[in-house]
Amino acid sequence: MFGFGFALVPLYDVLCDQLGINGKTQNSASQYIDNEIDKSRLITVEFISQVQNNMPWEFIPQVNRLQVHPGELVRTHFKAKNLSNLNIVGQAIPSVSPGRGAAYFNKTECFCFNQQTLAAKSSADLPLIFYVDPALPDNISTLTLSYTLYNITDKGYVDVLEQGAAK
Amino acid sequence: MNTLTQENQVSMDGSLQDDHNHDDGHHAPPSGIMRWLLTTNHKDIGTLYLWFSFIMFLTGGLMAMVIRAELFQPGLQLVDPNFFNQMTTVHGLVMVFGAVMPAFTGLANWMIPMMIGAPDMALPRMNNWSFWILPFAFIILLSSLFMEGGGPNFGWTFYAPLSTEYSPDSTALFVFSIHIMGISSIMGAINVIVTVINMRAPGMTWMKLPLFAWTWLITAFLLIAVMPVLAGAVTMVLTDKYFGTSFFEAAGGGDPVMFQHIFWFFGHPEVYIMILPSFGIMSAIIPTFSRKKLFGYSSMVYATASIAILSFLVWAHHMFTTGMPVFAELFFMYCTMLISVPTGVKIFNWVATMWKGSLTFETPMLFAISFLVLFTIGGFSGLMLAITPADFQYHDTYFVVAHFHYVLVTGAIFTIMAAVYYWIPKWTGHMYNERLGKLHFWCSVISVNILFFPMHFLGLAGMPRRIPDYAIQFADVNQIVSIGGFAFGLSQLIFLVVVIKCIRGGEKAPAKPWEGAEGLEWEIPSPAPYHSFTTPPVIK
Repeated sequence: MFGFGFALVPLYDVLCDQLGINGKTQNSASQYIDNEIDKSRLITVEFISQVQNNMPWEFIPQVNRLQVHPGELVRTHFKAKNLSNLNIVGQAIPSVSPGRGAAYFNKTECFCFNQQTLAAKSSADLPLIFYVDPALPDNISTLTLSYTLYNITDKGYVDVLEQGAAK
Repeated sequence: MNTLTQENQVSMDGSLQDDHNHDDGHHAPPSGIMRWLLTTNHKDIGTLYLWFSFIMFLTGGLMAMVIRAELFQPGLQLVDPNFFNQMTTVHGLVMVFGAVMPAFTGLANWMIPMMIGAPDMALPRMNNWSFWILPFAFIILLSSLFMEGGGPNFGWTFYAPLSTEYSPDSTALFVFSIHIMGISSIMGAINVIVTVINMRAPGMTWMKLPLFAWTWLITAFLLIAVMPVLAGAVTMVLTDKYFGTSFFEAAGGGDPVMFQHIFWFFGHPEVYIMILPSFGIMSAIIPTFSRKKLFGYSSMVYATASIAILSFLVWAHHMFTTGMPVFAELFFMYCTMLISVPTGVKIFNWVATMWKGSLTFETPMLFAISFLVLFTIGGFSGLMLAITPADFQYHDTYFVVAHFHYVLVTGAIFTIMAAVYYWIPKWTGHMYNERLGKLHFWCSVISVNILFFPMHFLGLAGMPRRIPDYAIQFADVNQIVSIGGFAFGLSQLIFLVVVIKCIRGGEKAPAKPWEGAEGLEWEIPSPAPYHSFTTPPVIK
């Protein structure tokens, strides 16, 4: 049963993945399928951003709310600014609410797929391109996308400093 | 086993010293502290467990007094919020793992061999070890309170990231102490299982087994199933905090909500671990003082087993507000409500046992009847909490605090006290002082309701749990609650006096001090000789 405790971890991930229930979105870019745009529906997409405690970054969405048609490819960005005098590596973790909607929120490009590095006192626009799957269940009319930004500078990711800074 | 059967000649009423003189082929038995350190005797170990549990009960009680003193008035008076959080956390841990669980293990050690006609527990050396690692676990846990940065302050449920990202430096000590407690519980559980399966007297078929042994057997399986899951959870917390893993840290791809799933997969069976042995005690006491056979013995066995199985399917009712899909909320809501069916069977069986019985109201029976009423109140508030939409209001309020104290204090603790009053003549050979016992009961039952009943209203009015300060409109009710708390705490000192007086002397107890009592334990003299049932009795 001790092993079972640990086995719950992958089990949980697989279950959440299969059922799409905990608001986790894809960790890699999805391919945009040139779907018919469903002009009859208008979905509200809200953006929330938070920064982990003690992380000296400013991190805000360019717009708080967008009205989109399902199937429509939309581009927006988040503004990030490093307020400190040190280079800092950040990792954004997305979460979609309601959890049921996460599977229908597809990102073709997202800053959350990579670590983001900001040099001291610099700022950047972090891009996000997404579309909402037209198969989104009828009872969902609002999707809230939340990003939490974590400071992972100390976690041994310093080697990607250049790679991330290019953005 | 071998040495024990060689001692058959020892007269049943021989004193302790007599027994040891017959310990042929062995060196002289240790005396003084070494007797207790090295003992493998189930009665000695039972006594150790019970005293340890009582000391922990008073320790955890003192912490509750700190909590109630701070909450006597709004604002911060006595302790700072961080210390307050340590008090709520360690109070919970000490009461669950230090008071209730060891008390049940102590009762199992004392009573199960005598109830099933066995000479001792099946694995006496492991029994010794399972007790003696416990004090170290609690020394480690309690010592962390005095360290720089303080002890655990994240609640006894140690939700991540409170216990990983934001916890004090002493968290490793908390983790190790939980590991030791878990190992101790598992060893105790293995011992009960092996004893009950292998050492029943000839003729004691499964359906003749006393219900206390039945409920403990089922509890032991629950313990073996879930304590390792708890060990896994604390180990993940340990590696998340100190070794850079990310089981529960979203930044590294982990999930904090998963912690709650793993914890409550342990945590919900755990609450039945703390109540099933109580059901066994009730099923012994109620028939005795009703002078009737227990109503519906076999349905009691099946109900206990059903509760144990269902307990694995309801854990997420602690997490209704985490944003689960509606289907999951409904599944866990209905499963939780389903548990009230076998529990209701039990309550009705006890009431039916009392129906038209010739009742007398000695202290054990008073505690048993108050359990019946007050545990049912706790059960009903549990049903209210099981209703998902209603839970969104009750979640994390004092309503929850009221609920689990009704099922644990007036449930588990009251039956432990009933059990002590019921069996103490067998342990000490003396009757306890009935007047003091009744005084203890009435003081406890009145103060416990002053303490916990108004908490329901505080919770419904929106007072959150685990806070050192509160909005001014809750002041009056909190004052009443605190007064009830102090009174309940002081009442337990009467219990201490009763127990000590009973050990030192008192009216001599006959082998069967209760007229209506049934069971093998009443066939051996009081006090029970150091070695009993060295020749197994034959059950008709």
